Amino acid sequence: MKKFKTDLHIHSCLSPCGDLDMSPKRIIGTCREVGLDIIALCDHNSAENVEPAIRLGEAAGIRVFPGMEINSREEVHTLAIFGHASQAFAMQEIVYRHLKGSNRPEFFGEQVRVNECDEIEGFNDRLLIGAVDLGLEEIVREINRLGGLSIASHVDRPSYSLVSQLGFVPPGVRLDAVEVSDPLWARTRGMHILQELGLPVVSSSDAHFLEDIGRQASFFRVESATLEELRLALQGRSGRAVEI
Amino acid sequence: MLNKLSLDLLAGEGGLDQEVTAGYCGDLLSDVMANAEKGSVWITIQRHNNIVAVALLKELAAIVLANGYQPEPETVEKAKEENIPLLVSSSAAYQLAGRLYQAGIRGNYRGDRPGS
Repeated sequence: MKKFKTDLHIHSCLSPCGDLDMSPKRIIGTCREVGLDIIALCDHNSAENVEPAIRLGEAAGIRVFPGMEINSREEVHTLAIFGHASQAFAMQEIVYRHLKGSNRPEFFGEQVRVNECDEIEGFNDRLLIGAVDLGLEEIVREINRLGGLSIASHVDRPSYSLVSQLGFVPPGVRLDAVEVSDPLWARTRGMHILQELGLPVVSSSDAHFLEDIGRQASFFRVESATLEELRLALQGRSGRAVEI
Repeated sequence: MLNKLSLDLLAGEGGLDQEVTAGYCGDLLSDVMANAEKGSVWITIQRHNNIVAVALLKELAAIVLANGYQPEPETVEKAKEENIPLLVSSSAAYQLAGRLYQAGIRGNYRGDRPGS
């Protein structure tokens, strides 16, 4: 088994609140500096910057999983993480079908598509900050159907989290894990909440700025950097494990 | 209004001269974006800095955090930058809305008209 330093929640400049320095190229460069082996690129309700990140990651020896952070009708943020870009794009299609409104960059920020060479390819005009008109249960069901991992974002935060918005995991919502922003919370005040949720715990940075990448991470003990190996680790099966 | 409702102002003093014509209660930003009227006082327990962006987008008069909830530090910063009055109250949203309504701030909410 090998140990992989993993940050499954990084935004790029495609997210309206993501810093404009968060291009795929700079993200991968920073991942190298901070010693990350595996990341997931999860922009708000969109996966349009994942392909350059995957290719740049390949060249740098960093496994990049395509993903997105979906904002449900209840305004619960959930990470949808996939093995292949095609799955992420299939999820994106579902999200776009249920996402209304246009972005107003002057209020929410620019949503920039960037290529491997740090060049702007275009701007996304959708209201990516908005909530998708689908309930958490339907979103998680679609992620499962497409073969992805669903992880409830930053359950230790007072906004946009499973805990702040709902306070429990509704029956029928089959999440693969929950994410904490602060591992200390998981060991102290949050311990009982996490026990009640009864799900595996990961920690990630939710980076919107380069300097935050890898600030929180999870350590996966797995054979190789594949999504199925991560799934086994979350389930604690076949000798795989995850630590925060 | 500040005195009447015993609200504490945390940021956005410069924006206080905007006339208050309506009110709205809501904690789901998507709902507020869809339904709040321009000129509203918005009562919420949502503390994320996106509330300031929503207030700007909808041209709201002020944001009031109910129940003694304190905003996140980034929210205060952003409200200062954008001059959006950000206030806190120890009262619940229901009480605050009741007092505003009594004070004559009724608005023109589309679901509130006779026969609608």
